[in-house]
Parts: sequence; C-alpha cells; structure tokens
Amino acid sequence: MAALSRAEADARSPVVFDLHETTVRALNAELHAPSATSYEVLHPQGAHSLGAGIHDEIDVAIRGHAGYFCAGMNQLGRVVVDGSAGNGVAENMMSGSVRVRGDASQSAGATGRGGLLVIEGSASMRCGISMKGIDIVVGGSVGPMSAFMAQAGRLVVCGDAGDGLGDSIYEARLYVRGTVGTLGADCVEKPLRDEHVAELTELLDAAGLDHRPEGFRRFGSARGLYHFTGDHGSY
Amino acid sequence: MCGIIGLHLRDPELQPMLGRLLDDMLCGVSERGPDSVGIAVYGDGERNPEGHSAVSVLRAPGDLAASAGALLPGTPTVTARVAGDTTVLSAPVGVEALTAAVAAAAPEALVVGSGNDLVVYKGAGHPQDLARTYGLRDVSGWQGVAHTRMATESAINPEGCHPYSVGADQCLVHNGSFSNHATIRRDLERQGVTFDSENDSEVGARFVAACLAEGDDLEKALLRLGETFDGFYTLLVTTADGFAVVRDEIACKPAVIAEHPRWVAMASEFRALADLPGIDEARVFEPDPGKVYAWQR
Repeated sequence: MAALSRAEADARSPVVFDLHETTVRALNAELHAPSATSYEVLHPQGAHSLGAGIHDEIDVAIRGHAGYFCAGMNQLGRVVVDGSAGNGVAENMMSGSVRVRGDASQSAGATGRGGLLVIEGSASMRCGISMKGIDIVVGGSVGPMSAFMAQAGRLVVCGDAGDGLGDSIYEARLYVRGTVGTLGADCVEKPLRDEHVAELTELLDAAGLDHRPEGFRRFGSARGLYHFTGDHGSY
Repeated sequence: MCGIIGLHLRDPELQPMLGRLLDDMLCGVSERGPDSVGIAVYGDGERNPEGHSAVSVLRAPGDLAASAGALLPGTPTVTARVAGDTTVLSAPVGVEALTAAVAAAAPEALVVGSGNDLVVYKGAGHPQDLARTYGLRDVSGWQGVAHTRMATESAINPEGCHPYSVGADQCLVHNGSFSNHATIRRDLERQGVTFDSENDSEVGARFVAACLAEGDDLEKALLRLGETFDGFYTLLVTTADGFAVVRDEIACKPAVIAEHPRWVAMASEFRALADLPGIDEARVFEPDPGKVYAWQR
C-alpha cells in the first residue's frame, strides 16, 4: 500500500483540538503557524476568537457554537462553523472563506475586505457594517442597520432585511430576496441588470444556495452623501 | 462590559434544577464580569418558604434576626442565613412589615432585595466562587436572574452589584449606561422616591417600580423607560410573575433570547444558553432594538 501524501493524510484525519482539553490560545498558536492543513475543533462552547488571524490555506472545522470574532482577519483559511457564531464573525476578513451553518450574531463580516462569508441561517443586526470588499451571502434574514456605511463588496440576503438597510452606503451592492423594513439614508433600489444577475448567480453558486437570481432586488447608493452641498446646512 | 443571564421556567418539573441551570449559565458570562455578581432567585422555598417573606441585606449586624423579630407584632421567629456579604432574613410576616423591621433594627444595613417569593444575593469576587458560597447549584425555584459585573464607573463592592431590587419581588439588571439618569433621578426625587446609591441603573429600577406602582404592566413600563431614558442598555426585568427583556434603539449591548416550551432564557452571549436542556429545539433570536419582549407566568 502506497504511503499517503501529507494532503491525503490531513484530509483523512484532521488534527483535532478538543477545547475541553486545551485552550483557545494553543489552538490559535497552531493555526498561525500550521503544521498540518486540516483541523477540527471540538467542544468550542461559544469561546471567543476561535481561528482568528489565520494566514495560511488551511481547513478548520469548528464542531459547535463559536463566540465573538470567530475567523476574524482571515487570510486564506477555509473555516466552517457547525453551529452559530457570535458577534463579528469573519470581521475584517481579507480572503478565504468562512461558512456558518447556523445563525450569526451582530456585525457579521464587519469591515471585511475580501473573501466569502456564508451564513446559512440568519444574521443579526449590522451585518456587513462598513464592509470594504467582502462578499456576504446570508441564507436567511439580516437584522436592522445591515450594510451600514458599506463601502465595497456584495451582500446577498435570501430572506428579509431589517430597518435602515444600507444607511450611508458607498459602493457596495446589496441584493435582497424578501422584504426590506426601511432603507437607510442614501440607500435606494436600483434596477437588476444582466451583469447583476450574473454576479448573483456566481455568489449563490459559491454559497451553495439554490435561488433564482431574478427573484432578488438590488439596492445601492444614491450617491447623495458623497459631498457636502448647500442642502446639508451652512457651517 | 457586563454579563446578564435570566431563566424563566415554564415546566414545573425543571424547578429542582433551577440552581444548576443558572450556575451553568453563569459560567458562560463570568468572563464578561469577573469582579462581582448578583443573583436573584424566585421560588426558593427553603430560603423564602410559603407564607413567609424574605429580605436580603448587606452590612447586616450579627443580631439582626433577633432585633428585627423583636420589632414585629407577635415577635415571630426571624431566620437569618448568611452567605458571603449577604444576609437573608425570612419570617412568616408580610414583606412590608419585615422590610420596615429590618430597616428600623439596623439603619446602617442596606436592603438589596425583598419579596414574598424572591431571594437576592450580592457580593464582590469571582462569580463562580460566589455561586459556591451561595450554594447556587442546589437551589430550586421557577425563575432566576444573575448579573456579572465589570465595574467601569463605581467601586467594586456588593452595593454596586445588580440586580437592583427596589420593589417587592422586582429585579432589574442592566448592561450599558444611561446618560440622562441625573435628570430623571431629580424628577423621581421630587415625587418622593428615595435612592440607595449614585448608580444609573438604580434610576432605571426606581423608574420601572414607579410605573408598575401606577398600574403599568411590564411591557408598558419598559416602553415608557425607552421614551424617557437616553443611553445604552440591555435590560432584564423580572417581577412576581413576569420576565421581560428590552434593548435601546441602537442595541449595541448584546442579548440573546431562547424560547422553549419548557423555559424562556436570556443571556448576553449564546454560550451561556448552550447547555440548557433542549436548546437545539429552542427558538433562538436576538431582540430587535427598542422592542419589549415579555413573558408572564
């Protein structure tokens, strides 16, 4: 029998970190200088900062609920949370991918610069706040004030969006399949053109979600807040 | 940063487990407030038996049970239980009579909770240590609340711990800060309300107590609080039969609610709820800004 390559060995038996036995600090130290390419985290019990600051192309499966800042600042990692995630999942992600099988708390993907964040359940308030290039696909709904000051990237919501969607938005593109509570300041509905259907198809495929792209509405900036004008009062 | 947990049991079969469930939940928010804790339990028949009332006191002199009992009509036996900084006195009399007797017998003591069904414990130190001091795991009851404090503006002492229990069987715990509490305090003082501390959360508790005294239900009282108070807050307010959660309109302070046929629970973070029985079947959600979520027994 031929020896397994390292990748094959990793794929068959990921390195296991049981957080009943070890600490988040030890886990993250290993993930920052990985000696393997595949990891499994057991008993996360909602601990904070799981897999934050991954630089390398590694797979991390978190078997349970994650706390705050899970997979924050991710570079090339592929992180899956088999549970829910707390505040700021994948915050400031640069690239790679993060998938949450359950729901996500507030500020999911906050300030993210790149990569793909998929939340199969729903995300709470301020999803995609100040997003700067990240793509976020939410299988369920997002809470109020989502995409606040969103600067670049795409936010796809397969359910409903809460009040104040896209308040003070710059150039991010928002797609919502369900209802929108209210639109925030300077956020307007825009026509869904062919190029938008094409990018939605791509994003839904990447997320593994089976929705008809034509069923979405697109929202973006009216570009009325870019510069101060006489309408903004005198100083 | 502070931590809040609350558990309202719908299924009486769970009542003997209340203390253990609360203790497990407390572990999930201890990091949010490692310097002090307050715990309130409703329906603890051992510390506050049927037909009795109980008063929780800080700075209680050693002979308080005897001296308070002597001031009560018929000189009933007053039982005192000391756990850490808190002394819980119980007697087969009405809550107002017992509270008045305690205040008269020991003016230097501070009453931090009173009720026909309620027991409150407060203390400085790590929440888990204090839970052991109180024997929390063995407590039974139908509703419980705890607050772990990371002090920011006032001293770390038992007096600064939540819950603020300023009316019989009422508790309020707060994560956040009110910014116009001094104005509201002056308004309430003009109406004759007296305060025990300089704490902003006490103003919230006194405001809610005043609304409830006027006949408001919990939901209306908390909506009025939202119209009157400015600042950041997640509040959990409990009464002799109610359990309510509200966040301010910006909702920066965290809160997660889980609703199950056997119980309703609330915590600052999901990890405090993760071990509740049946959590996988519960409806778990974060409360919308400004909306009151209330349950009644």
